[in-house]
Amino acid sequence: MPKSKLTVTTALATLAMIAPGALFAQENVLNIYNWSDYIAEDTIEKFEQEFGVTVNYDVYDSNEVLEARLFAGNTGFDIVVPTSEFLRRQVVAGIYQALDYSKLPNASNMDAELMAAAAAYDPENEHSVIYMWGTTGIGYNTELVAERLGDDAPTDSWDLVFDPEVVAQLGDCGVTMLDAPSEMLTAAMNYLGLDPRSTDADDLEAGAELLASVRPNVRYFHSSQYISDLANGDVCVSIGWSGDIFQAQARAIEAENGVDIAYTIPTEGALQWFDMMAIPVDAPHPDLAHEFINFVMRPDITADITNYVWYANGNAASLELVDEEITSDPGIFPTDEAKQRLWASEVYNARTDRLVNRLWTTVKTGE
Amino acid sequence: MNGWGKRLVIGIPLFWLFLFFLVPFGIVFLVSLGSPQFSVPPYSPAFEWDGWWPHFVGSFENYIFLTEDDLYWRAYLGSVKIAGGSTLLCLLVAWPMAWIIARAEPYRRNVLLMLVILPFWTSSLLRIYALMGMLRQGGIVNSVLLWSGIIDQPIQMMQTDFAVYLTVVFTYLPLMVLPLYSTLEKLDGALLEASADLGASRFATFWTVTLPLSLSGIIAGCLLVFIPAVGEFVIPDLMGAQDSPMIGNVLWGEFTRNRDWPVAGAVAIAMLALLVIPFMILRSSPALREDG
Repeated sequence: MPKSKLTVTTALATLAMIAPGALFAQENVLNIYNWSDYIAEDTIEKFEQEFGVTVNYDVYDSNEVLEARLFAGNTGFDIVVPTSEFLRRQVVAGIYQALDYSKLPNASNMDAELMAAAAAYDPENEHSVIYMWGTTGIGYNTELVAERLGDDAPTDSWDLVFDPEVVAQLGDCGVTMLDAPSEMLTAAMNYLGLDPRSTDADDLEAGAELLASVRPNVRYFHSSQYISDLANGDVCVSIGWSGDIFQAQARAIEAENGVDIAYTIPTEGALQWFDMMAIPVDAPHPDLAHEFINFVMRPDITADITNYVWYANGNAASLELVDEEITSDPGIFPTDEAKQRLWASEVYNARTDRLVNRLWTTVKTGE
Repeated sequence: MNGWGKRLVIGIPLFWLFLFFLVPFGIVFLVSLGSPQFSVPPYSPAFEWDGWWPHFVGSFENYIFLTEDDLYWRAYLGSVKIAGGSTLLCLLVAWPMAWIIARAEPYRRNVLLMLVILPFWTSSLLRIYALMGMLRQGGIVNSVLLWSGIIDQPIQMMQTDFAVYLTVVFTYLPLMVLPLYSTLEKLDGALLEASADLGASRFATFWTVTLPLSLSGIIAGCLLVFIPAVGEFVIPDLMGAQDSPMIGNVLWGEFTRNRDWPVAGAVAIAMLALLVIPFMILRSSPALREDG
């Protein structure tokens, strides 16, 4: 989940409610709805040439926008790429069709272990396959953090954002968190030694209390603003999505502004999430959609995408084609040891959802 | 104009309002009477069809729910505070602007008006991002202040109430200037001369003649700024510290995060009701009536 921006989000969500669906019902057309900046520059072109079709490629920047459209129904999309936690709920609501694996021979390229992990959200991977995956960890400005905390700064630990004393020293250079209630609460619960998948109200409240205790030194809660702010040196520590932090790093290098950004999966563990390709029940071109999913699962195509977006993929056969700079980065492809400490998010029921979001509002407003 | 032409002229805007305001409003109201569920669409209907007859199965419990958590009430007051403050600031900035434009030579007037309207041609989102570029830590404002030696540490302007007010005023200013200009432009200069001839000071003239005569413009401008500003959620999200929730952001959260379209609908309807009632009171005020 590379980006989320409330602005465009709501404008689009509103438009989505009134936009007539199934605009593109003609043949030889494929309608894809994916995250912004989340595909290699030539992937679509290659697919269009090989299959002689036209692709309508549209992008969103938050799971909420995608979900609002899917729940309104009749979207006209053939392929969508929700994050696992959201996918789960959408599967329950009957939004996706079962994949016909006989049309997906390249599924044999997928990493069995990762597909099994993703099956926690979609039993037996019946409706979806992994597009890319990542973690929710910490990005930081190495120089500004060392200036304030010295060389033995706890940069491999959640202490950096959850220990009130540490955060107090970082407050002036800018600490930010994602505006993603369940991800932030579960990270806090894990730090406290509680089960991050717990839905117990006391556990959730304990997590919220920890967040509230560092709130005075958090500059803002936002899910995309931190990318440019980290790159510019305007903030120094951000809880963020792996690929986004790497994007900040790349932007700083490109700008040659002397800002050095690092990403860490803290030793206490981190949330692992999957962005999944799925086909809505009412997709106008399900056959072509299968072709596209199969196409993306080719080792060279997936490798191209990872090389461009710097997110890990779930395609074991593609790894030898991925730049070594990427495969050897433990922030993108965690070591086996670090993998043991990754956790999957729990899918909440409506009541827990409301509690989590209400606690989050309390954390943000500090009341 | 004959009867049919007249009906057509009145009918088109009425039909427009019916189709794009009343119908969606009715749909939102119906949604607000249901309850959320995992399905497409994600709420239970307020009516079930019993043969040909609709049969009410919804409830008003979402409206009761809004009164049980003080979040909604506080968020609404927070919005009214920011919208009210911004409206006042807009008025203070816009009145002198409108006055200068209205009193300018006619050939300059159009150029000045153009300068007010021109920013409207750009997406407001782009203008907000431009402001972000100016206000951020390493932005233009801080750079200039640092360079000139006025400050030695960059000032934190983003994620503050200052940034929110500034952006709201910047975004909505033309909506205040234009109605003020149109009233001030019609103001008869002879009245001001008469006031001066009768010995009134410039301040007394302003206070007892000019200002009261521009009242209808002030009310129109304030409504045009205040109403959209209450529902504003983009600006506080991008520029504010999110420490005071605004009703627009709360509504967005209900709709997306909680996936609770019925409560989101109830918030929208309640918000509209709370805005419409004061508007009705203002509408019956003599200042607006005189102007027609």
